[in-house]
Amino acid sequence: MSQEVSVRIDGELCAATEGQTIFEVARANGRYIPALCHMEGLSSAGTCRLCLVEVAGIGRLLPACTTPVHTGMSVTTDSENLAHHRLMALELLFVERNHICAVCVSNGHCELQALAQTLGLTHVRFPYNYPRLPVDTSHPRFVLDQNRCILCSRCVRVCDEIEGAHVWDIAARGINSLLVSDLDRPWGESENCTSCGKCVQACPTGALVEKGHAVEEMTKRNTVVAQLAAKRETHP
Amino acid sequence: MKKARLATMWLDGCSGCHMSVLDIDEAILVVAQRADIVYGPLVDAQEFPHDVDVAIVEGAVSSQDDLEKIKRVRERSRILVALGDCAITSNVPSMRNRLPVKTILERLYIEGADVQKGVPTDGVPALLKHAIPLQDVVKVDLHVPGCPPSASSILFVLTELLDGRIPDLRTKVHFG
Repeated sequence: MSQEVSVRIDGELCAATEGQTIFEVARANGRYIPALCHMEGLSSAGTCRLCLVEVAGIGRLLPACTTPVHTGMSVTTDSENLAHHRLMALELLFVERNHICAVCVSNGHCELQALAQTLGLTHVRFPYNYPRLPVDTSHPRFVLDQNRCILCSRCVRVCDEIEGAHVWDIAARGINSLLVSDLDRPWGESENCTSCGKCVQACPTGALVEKGHAVEEMTKRNTVVAQLAAKRETHP
Repeated sequence: MKKARLATMWLDGCSGCHMSVLDIDEAILVVAQRADIVYGPLVDAQEFPHDVDVAIVEGAVSSQDDLEKIKRVRERSRILVALGDCAITSNVPSMRNRLPVKTILERLYIEGADVQKGVPTDGVPALLKHAIPLQDVVKVDLHVPGCPPSASSILFVLTELLDGRIPDLRTKVHFG
């Protein structure tokens, strides 16, 4: 039997279960915390830094999606300081690679683009990086465009945790990090890939897409992962 | 009441943002009652004038000429508006930023040419290393993203500016 804990979220006393994250408890209690790397049905990775929250008594911001709640914890999910840091995290995602919404197949259906609007980002204050990055078109059905990847690792997790194939990994470190398939072989040559397309559906941007779509045409079924995970719970 | 002095500038963009300005349709008559368009691709003036109240700039800063123009616009205008993704993110013009300028020009004008092979230098401004957003080189007072920004957001911006307010566009507009 899991232990009940009670935490304060924005002053309100909330009941939770031990092991739940701040993110889960906050969402269950109707709080909005922005996130890009979080996806219902998958484990949490804490890569996007958009769900940062303030926890009383802790001198730094913590990602809500990887911080478990405990009794007596007091969390702030919305403040000027948090808005400042979240906006900065979002801006850094935009400058890191080449996100050119106007010519992207996911234009209008992209979580990064939508979050920029939600958080009120009208311009980026930092210089753009303009990296030269590869596009892998070797798979017969799908494309990996590194220019649009935000390294959220949802594809890595869905392939490992739901499909059980573990095709994807993040190689290298820091600014050089790159999504790779089958330990850095072209996607089309991957022996582990089952071509199920879950990574495409899980990808929040136009980094992983189906072939054959023009600008604005790539829509994704972003609830499919949560549905599959829920069915696993019912039929383990 | 004294009319406001409105100017528009077209740098490295496709003119789609200017088309979107025209898409405000008959509302341009209302704007024209309250402002004189003193410079831009839609009017005859040759020189960017002094004492401009609102300058609306489309496009990224891609060449030496763009750089000089945007600095002049900044010096001579009270409010500078970056209109559209090219002016704000450098957008499509930035897709060349991954390649050295020399490589691009040689590919186009030497490898890609059938006749008169050679990179033109006469009467054309030198390209900068990168196509960059306006805010990298001048202070921008208002950013209106979109590719292009919708006619309704442009009209809202113009109306607000002519009423003496800098509009808060957060959550009203988006990239792309």
